[in-house]
Amino acid sequence: GAPCPQWPYCRKRCSYCNFNTYVVPAADEAAVRACLVRETRTLLRLGRVQSVTSVFFGGGTPSLASPATIAAVLEAAAEAAHLPDGAEVTLEANPSSAGTPRLTGFRAAGVNRLSIGVQSLDDAELRLLGREHTAAEARGAVEAARGLFPGRTSIDLIFGLPGQSRGAWARGLEAALGLCDDHVSLYQLTLERGTALAAQVSGGALPIPPQDLLADMYLTACAMLVAKGFRHYEVSNFARKGALSTHNLSYWRAEQYIGVGPGAHGRFVPWGEGGCSREARVQTLEPDAWMREVQSRGHGTRRRVVLSPLEQLEEVLALGLRTDEGVTHERWGRFSPHLSLEAAFGAPGKAEALQEQGWLVLDGGGLRCRREGLALLDSLLPDLLCQLQRR
Amino acid sequence: MALAGRTAVWWARLRSPRPAAPRCLPPWLPAACERPYSSRGKEKVDMSTYPVESIRNFSIIAHVDHGKSTLADRLLEITGTIAKTDRNKQVLDKLQVERERGITVKAQSASLFYSHEGVNYLLNLIDTPGHVDFSYEVSRSLSACQGVILVVDANEGIQAQTVANFYLAFEAQLAIIPVINKIDLKNADPERVEKQIEKLFDIPIEECVRISAKQGINVEKVLQKVIEKIPPPQCNTADPLKALVFDSTFDHYRGVIANIALFGGEIQKGHKIVSAHTKKRYEVNEVGILTPNEQPTHKLYAGQVGYVIAGMKDVTEAQIGDTLFLYKQPVEPLPGFKSVKPMVFAGMYPVDQTEYNNLKSALERLTLNDSSVTVHRDSSLALGAGWRLGFLGLLHMEVFNQRLEQEYNMSVILTAPTVPYKAVLSSPKLIKEYGEAEITIINPAQFPDKLSVSEYLEPTVLGTIVTPHEYIGKIIVLCQDRRAVQKDMLYIDEHRVMLKYLFPLNEIVVDFYDALKSLSSGYASFDYEDAGYQAADLIKMDILLNGNPVEELATIIHSDKAYAHGKFLCERLKDAIPRQLFEIAIQAAIGKKIIARETLKAYRKNVVAKCYGGDITRRMKLLKRQAEGKKLMRKIGNVEVPRDAFIRVLKRQTEK
Repeated sequence: GAPCPQWPYCRKRCSYCNFNTYVVPAADEAAVRACLVRETRTLLRLGRVQSVTSVFFGGGTPSLASPATIAAVLEAAAEAAHLPDGAEVTLEANPSSAGTPRLTGFRAAGVNRLSIGVQSLDDAELRLLGREHTAAEARGAVEAARGLFPGRTSIDLIFGLPGQSRGAWARGLEAALGLCDDHVSLYQLTLERGTALAAQVSGGALPIPPQDLLADMYLTACAMLVAKGFRHYEVSNFARKGALSTHNLSYWRAEQYIGVGPGAHGRFVPWGEGGCSREARVQTLEPDAWMREVQSRGHGTRRRVVLSPLEQLEEVLALGLRTDEGVTHERWGRFSPHLSLEAAFGAPGKAEALQEQGWLVLDGGGLRCRREGLALLDSLLPDLLCQLQRR
Repeated sequence: MALAGRTAVWWARLRSPRPAAPRCLPPWLPAACERPYSSRGKEKVDMSTYPVESIRNFSIIAHVDHGKSTLADRLLEITGTIAKTDRNKQVLDKLQVERERGITVKAQSASLFYSHEGVNYLLNLIDTPGHVDFSYEVSRSLSACQGVILVVDANEGIQAQTVANFYLAFEAQLAIIPVINKIDLKNADPERVEKQIEKLFDIPIEECVRISAKQGINVEKVLQKVIEKIPPPQCNTADPLKALVFDSTFDHYRGVIANIALFGGEIQKGHKIVSAHTKKRYEVNEVGILTPNEQPTHKLYAGQVGYVIAGMKDVTEAQIGDTLFLYKQPVEPLPGFKSVKPMVFAGMYPVDQTEYNNLKSALERLTLNDSSVTVHRDSSLALGAGWRLGFLGLLHMEVFNQRLEQEYNMSVILTAPTVPYKAVLSSPKLIKEYGEAEITIINPAQFPDKLSVSEYLEPTVLGTIVTPHEYIGKIIVLCQDRRAVQKDMLYIDEHRVMLKYLFPLNEIVVDFYDALKSLSSGYASFDYEDAGYQAADLIKMDILLNGNPVEELATIIHSDKAYAHGKFLCERLKDAIPRQLFEIAIQAAIGKKIIARETLKAYRKNVVAKCYGGDITRRMKLLKRQAEGKKLMRKIGNVEVPRDAFIRVLKRQTEK
């Protein structure tokens, strides 16, 4: 079991973000803390989690929470289930709330891995993204984090901003590579509906980045990172010296994870309620409503859907193929005892054609994308899902 | 595209079921009849009191919006056929489409009773289709008349449709009463219009009647002219029955109601009649006159105009131009009968295939009143099951589609219109196969190879354009671009020019009228009439995706236009097909020769950037929808083409 508590608040909404976050003058931290603690306990018991494999504090901006809150949630997890000493505990941090004293506090609370939302090392780009920090602040935060969490600091970068050139991106990445530790996540900017940035682009105030340029940026970045010794272990994630994110791998490997906090998603079997199937669960979105539910029922689960065996396999496939290890025979077999990977995708059909065309490999390791195929995964998946549905 | 703003079009056969009761009763009816809202099952009018000498059969013809319906309203009021109120506006136009477009989809004929110098006259106003889409039907209606009122707007003067209508009447040797309408308008210039009429139609200025139908000025004088100038019909009640069918409608309770003009004899309930065209025999259930609603009478006599109900089940049994006669008393059929031939074809498909049955029933109901629309089941791999419909012309198609949407709430995909081509076969084998040497090609798939054809033929029309002279230059360029050949050019006054061009029909079916209107700031008018077939250098153009032909995009086209159209189709297709894992060559080809090409580059990156626990449910939904979509895609070789890509390419250009 891997709990992922959400801290739903931000100081400011970024121009590209459509997450479930809230900007409030002053959050009632004590109340939120109490609810996070209570829901963590309830859901870990519900899932009969024996041992917590990792914890990921996301959001929102969890680095805005006090170390005491982080500590309280971790204590609750340790109480409800076993929390081994070495378990990965990640906190997402904004450069503007990641000074050395705070980070020291988080480390004392039990955090042992930091993911810093650098996004860019160019002040103009940061303004376009609506970030509240400068490039210099980002550098400072990364340096502070590397001092406290050596080998366990990750940075997030965004590319494909409206008007960004390939050269500008390459230079920015070069600079980031000089700063970073052993883990980098790089995300192509997605213009999400309803965001300020998408409105500016659709209104014509900002240019739409051309498809081919985005592909160039991505492929260039992949090559640069690989040249620096990074393993491209997921579509947007790179690690060296084995610094992969255990927690995030648990999503892509379709393991159990438990969403805690407003709008958090989870996938687990609620044995404690007499359930015996994997469920997709979503917690109530709005923080105050969520808190009322936690206070009255112990948790704020708003929606639970039992996933059919086919739906589980679809997720195993869609998530697993994002990683360089792909979907292993062992994992597939856990979800599909009767239909092997070979039986599903080795027989003549669309999947076989995709293998022949060089996008996919099915071998002793399992089913996975080739390097070229990974960048085109979303064009491969509909065919694979079609084929799976027919079996 | 609309050919008419306000055409007095007789949208032959396109009409809703009519109301059962007349709006009001004319004062000349016997007192016993004067019960509101009843027209049947009561004492009937005795039509024998109207001998041939007191009958005048006439039509009103006019260009769009020149006031035909308003004049008809006034004539109906003056003769007491309808009550005089302020609300009589387009009394005869009842459909939403008529009032919106200002056209008359189905104007009804009416018998008017009028006393002049001590004589009671029966004036039959026979409404004619005002648009050349129906030139055949106009000619049939006019053949029931001895004269016409030619209405011209005092401000706009002679327009294209005025010219076309005039010649139809002139060729039918009818008496023509020129009427200059709207003289009350500020910019009215009746003198100029009179000069145009004199110059173009050779009618002396003194014969024109200046009126304002809207204000009722001089309308009475028009009626007197009708009596004085139009001769009574030449026919005899003692002769055997000879009745011309000039219109027909369908009533759900009573079956087909055929509008007829009697060229000889008489007709009454119980008569056994025969259709000269179908040879089918019927027994007459009811006869009557139109006022404008059906008013039963005991009999109808030679020279009179009315309706007959005789147990016909289908409008195709009462085709326009057919002759009815008494059983065992055959007569020579009236000349000029033709079965209607559609000139414009278009594919019609439901937007959603689950709507197929609803659309089918709407089509059935709408065509029940319109035998001029031909319907053939068709199916397209891309668009699913649908129909190939044949229309008399563009406006016909336009209005049909609008009525489907408005009256039946049906949203349809209408493909770009095509015209019927012909091929003269030279291969004995093919001639044997088709059973004839000249074949009509509606579907490009049937286009015979050049090697087995001695020549291809395309339908043509003679177009009339009337325009202020400052636009001539641009209009001539437009016409040349449409492969048209100039036949005539005449200044009808100092400012206005009439141009006549022979057009290949396919060059005007899509957007010609819109182009003409836009380059003349709306001032040029256009009308056309069928002008037969001409030899043409036709070819079949294929559209290929990575070398594989796309059946639904094959086009028959003139070789001069192939390059431009091929390029256009390729460009449109490039925008409509999503990128795929490989590069796609989109080509237009004639035989083996490629004439246009667009390249759709392969996807190089298509993967969502962020995918963690949070958003997987939404993500899976999207992927599954795409997987479902894949199943519906049309596969051309290895290329997957979504259905809407074809819709975007095939649908008419004006609906971009």
